[in-house]
Parts: sequence; structure tokens; C-alpha cells
Amino acid sequence: MKLIYKKPDTITKRDTTYCPGCPHGIAHRLIAELLEEMDLVKKTVIVWPVGCSVFGYYFIATDAVEAAHGRACAMATGIKRTHPESFVISYQGDGDLASIGIAEAVHAAARGERITVVYINNGNYGMTGGQMAPTTLIGQITTTTPYGRKPELNGFPMHVPEMLAALDGPAYIARAALDSPQHIIQAKKFLRKAFNAQKNNLGFSLVEMISACPTNWKMTPVEAMERIRKEVLPVFPIGEFKVAKGVE
Amino acid sequence: MGEKVLMKGAEAIAEAAIRAGCMAFFGYPITPQNETPEYFSRRMPELGRVFLQAESEVAAINMVYGAACTGTRVITTSSSPGISLMQEGFSYIANSNVGCVVVNAMRGGPGLGDIAPAQADYFQATKGGGHGDYHSIVLAPHTIQETVDLMYDAFDLADKYRIMVVMLVDGLMGQMMEPVEFKEWVDVKKLKTPEWATVGQGDRDHRNIITSLEILPDGLEKMNLALQAKYKKIKENEVRLEEYKMDDAEYALTAFGTVARIAKTVVEMARADGIKLGLIRPITVWPFPEKEINKRADQVKFFFDVEMNEGQMLEDVKLAVNGKKPVHYYGRLGGVVPTAEEIYGEFKKLVGGK
Repeated sequence: MKLIYKKPDTITKRDTTYCPGCPHGIAHRLIAELLEEMDLVKKTVIVWPVGCSVFGYYFIATDAVEAAHGRACAMATGIKRTHPESFVISYQGDGDLASIGIAEAVHAAARGERITVVYINNGNYGMTGGQMAPTTLIGQITTTTPYGRKPELNGFPMHVPEMLAALDGPAYIARAALDSPQHIIQAKKFLRKAFNAQKNNLGFSLVEMISACPTNWKMTPVEAMERIRKEVLPVFPIGEFKVAKGVE
Repeated sequence: MGEKVLMKGAEAIAEAAIRAGCMAFFGYPITPQNETPEYFSRRMPELGRVFLQAESEVAAINMVYGAACTGTRVITTSSSPGISLMQEGFSYIANSNVGCVVVNAMRGGPGLGDIAPAQADYFQATKGGGHGDYHSIVLAPHTIQETVDLMYDAFDLADKYRIMVVMLVDGLMGQMMEPVEFKEWVDVKKLKTPEWATVGQGDRDHRNIITSLEILPDGLEKMNLALQAKYKKIKENEVRLEEYKMDDAEYALTAFGTVARIAKTVVEMARADGIKLGLIRPITVWPFPEKEINKRADQVKFFFDVEMNEGQMLEDVKLAVNGKKPVHYYGRLGGVVPTAEEIYGEFKKLVGGK
């Protein structure tokens, strides 16, 4: 029988800690596939965040460190500056990056740190039970916005790629979505460019991946993916916001 | 040893770190130690090493943490409020078993306080500061020359035990000038990336993971016990102190850092008056020279602890003396530096009262 699809070797055999229907696994797979295709596995250090992906090093088989909440970009900076030959990925959720770690993310981008950030946006704090995140949509009910997110109380969702694209340091900034095969293929294309930005020493790179949280959204996985298309993508449109020469 | 050069303390600290093989600096400006990062910013690029001004102390310590995970000799320097911001990072560094050097040029607190020299971060430095059961090795030099010499040891200890080493100085030591002599340069070509470093798996047959996380209590207790075993070893092997004119002393001053320097003058003043006063000066304030002080309790009539805080090392001195003899205290707060005359006056009140 011809093998047409298999688990990348860089994904471990360990059971994940993710909920059924959670797209973290898809993002992990995209990273693993690209590291293998680009021959980067043995050079890679992944900085894992505090959040649902806190145990990410159990699932992607590279050297890894575990950052304090929000500090992944700073830690990645410390690794990359002292060991420039390493390929450094910072994997962060929306609470980790856009809330407590926004300063570190913005300044790493402004400095043009040669790191790649994979930024997973599922619109809430998954691990702590579904509280409001900076990315929570207006009207969205979470455990800390029981009446829905109200602009007059909680402000507005934050658009990280658009913010960072205004800076001169980034070489590649994009937003992808993990809701459908078509979008996942596109997400991989974007991530390849982000990896190229680092590999070719062009500057900072980040790909936001619009993700789902079926457990805390209280939806089936299919419903959650439909919600991404109907409610989330109109607010967080897919696209490339900064594309330096040489990332292709 | 080279020739003597006249240098400001804050700059001598940077030069010593560079010669001791420090390959990277990450930090954020704060008075009274800005000359240290400024000096690094000039020298590190000349040597092809890393200097990075971070966006905050919070970011700086996490950059240090990242660099430490690559097994690189790395430093940050700051002063009290900045050090407070770094405490979370210190705790992570402790439970990740990575090494780094942190200089705290202490200033008056609490809060924004002032920019004058103080010693009020003793508790924070020696008892943890961040969350969890951890320690850092804390060196408390009392002259610029000693600071320069200890900087080499600081990096060696950080490498040897994979631990954070704090150089606990104060604003005064940073701002004054003294002739200093530097030891030989550490040959940085001999500093190899350690086997445990997270730099990419390369040819290793296993991958490296550095984390302070262990979700199962039994596992985390094991991690804690391993840390405590390391601390025990450090306590057994790395205690350093200076006992100044203690051989025949009937009274002992206890002081660290700048105050210990002033206390030496106090000892001379007492000796000129025929009073047998000595000084016990912990050089490592963690691990604390508990046994050595306890032993002296059999010899002296009382201890007189002097600090630029409300009596923080005093607690460690009392624990060491363990009730054998009285332990008196005098201190100034908020950045006021006591004079030798003032301390001697307080001491004479205690002697006269007997």
C-alpha cells in the first residue's frame, strides 16, 4: 500500500493535552512539517508559553524552553542574540502575547529580532477556563464577560498583525486561519514565508493563526469552525500585512 | 595582575564582567547605575559580544533567562525598583537551573524611594524575593577592588552550580572612584556551549528541554528537593567572610558592603581607645556564615550589627548567635549613610552601659 499521509517524525507519539477539536494540533503539525521540509529541526529552539500549549515541548520534538507568562519574545531574544545560528520560534496564545506579553512582542518586532512568532488566537483564555482575552469579540460571552464584551467596559478586540505591521522591524507579518483545509494550506504558505524571514536573516516574523476553542465556546468542533468563518474572520481578516523582499 | 587604574565603581563592574568572560548584557536604565550599561554598550560591540537595552526590567531578565538557557555567560545590572520587577524571572531561573549574574546597586526604598545608597534589599536578595523555595548566591563586596575580584568568582559560581549569582552593592560603590587592578582576562574561546544548553539538538542523541514546570506535586517536590540538595552543597562549600581583628576581640561588629568598610574605621577608632573591637563581614550573605558567627559568640561579649536598613541581616546574625550573646543593632534608613563617628558613638553607649 502506498503511504500518502503520515505524522511528521518531529511530532512525538505522546497523547496531547488538548481538548477534542482544538486546532493547536494543526498548528503544531504545520510547524513540524515546515521544520522538516526546510531542514531546520536540529537547529530549532521553541519557546513555549503559559497557556494551553504550555506542554508543547512534549509534542514537537525540538530543543525547547518554557517561558514565564507573556515573556516568550524576550526569552527568544535572549536565545537568538547569544546563539544566532539557532532557529528560534516563539509559540504564544492571544492572552500570552496580546495581553500580558504585548510589550515584549511589540519591542521584539520593533528591534527586528530574528525570531518567528506563531500567535494562536482563539479569542479567550483557554487554559484558565475561558475568560475574556484582548481578542474577544464585541458581544462575546466569556466567564468574565457574562453579559457579553461591551466596548464601554472592556474596549475593543486587538489586531496584533495590523499593529506590528506599522513598525519597521518586521520582515513578515500575516494572519491565517485554521478552520478549513483551504485556510490551513494557506496558513502553511504564510508560515513558510515567516520561517524564511528568519532563515534569510531579514527580520522579525509573525503569523497569527485564528483558532477555535470548542470547549470554552461551548460548541462542537464543527460549530466552532463555522463560528470562525461567520463571526471571527469578518473582524480578523486573513491576509499578509508585511512582506519583505526575500521571504518567498 | 595588570597595572592599577582609577575607575568609577559602576564602570569597573562592567569591565570586570567583560574580562570575566561575560558574553551578553541585557538591561534597562535606572539610576544610580547607568554608567554600568553605558560602559557595556561601548565595550561589548568592540569585542563582538551582545549588548541589548531592553524595553523593561521584566523583558531584560527574561532575555537573561533565554541567554542563560544557551549556557552563555550573561549579566544584567539594575537598582532596587528594577530588581523588584525582575523577581518573577529570578524564580524561573532558579527552578530552571541556569546560571547568570545580576548586579543590584541598591538605592533607598520602599517604592520609588530615592537614588541614594541603601541596603534595604537584603531580605529580597537573600530570602528569595520571587515565589517559591529558592536561593541565589549573594555576594556583598565592600570595596570596588573586591567587587572586581568577585565578579570572576560570580561567573564561575554561576557556571558551576547553574545558579543566579547576585552582586549586592549599593549606589555609593557605583559612584565612587578607586584605583583597581584587574585579574587576567578569561579566555572566552575556552567557554564551550554546555551539553544541557537549548541551542538546537544538533548532533546530540537527545533533545534538551529547560522548564520550571512540573504539574504533578510528587514530581515538583522532587525538583524542589534537588534544588535544596544543591543549596546544601553551596552552604557547605561556598561560605565566605572576612574576620577583621577578631583574634582577640571582646566585641564584634557585624556589617556587609559599604557599612562594613565604614565599620573597619570604627574598629580602628575603638582599638586606638584600647577597646578590643573586631568586625565580622559576611562576603556571601547567602549562604550566610552562620557557623563562623556562632563560634565567635563564645568569644565576644556582644555583637553590634550595623546596616543601612531597618535590621535585615540582623535577623541572620541573631539566628547564628542563637541566643548565646546579645545582638545590638544600629542603622540608618532611606539612603542615609552612617559615619564612623556616629557608629562608634552608638557602640560606646553599649559598652558604657555594661
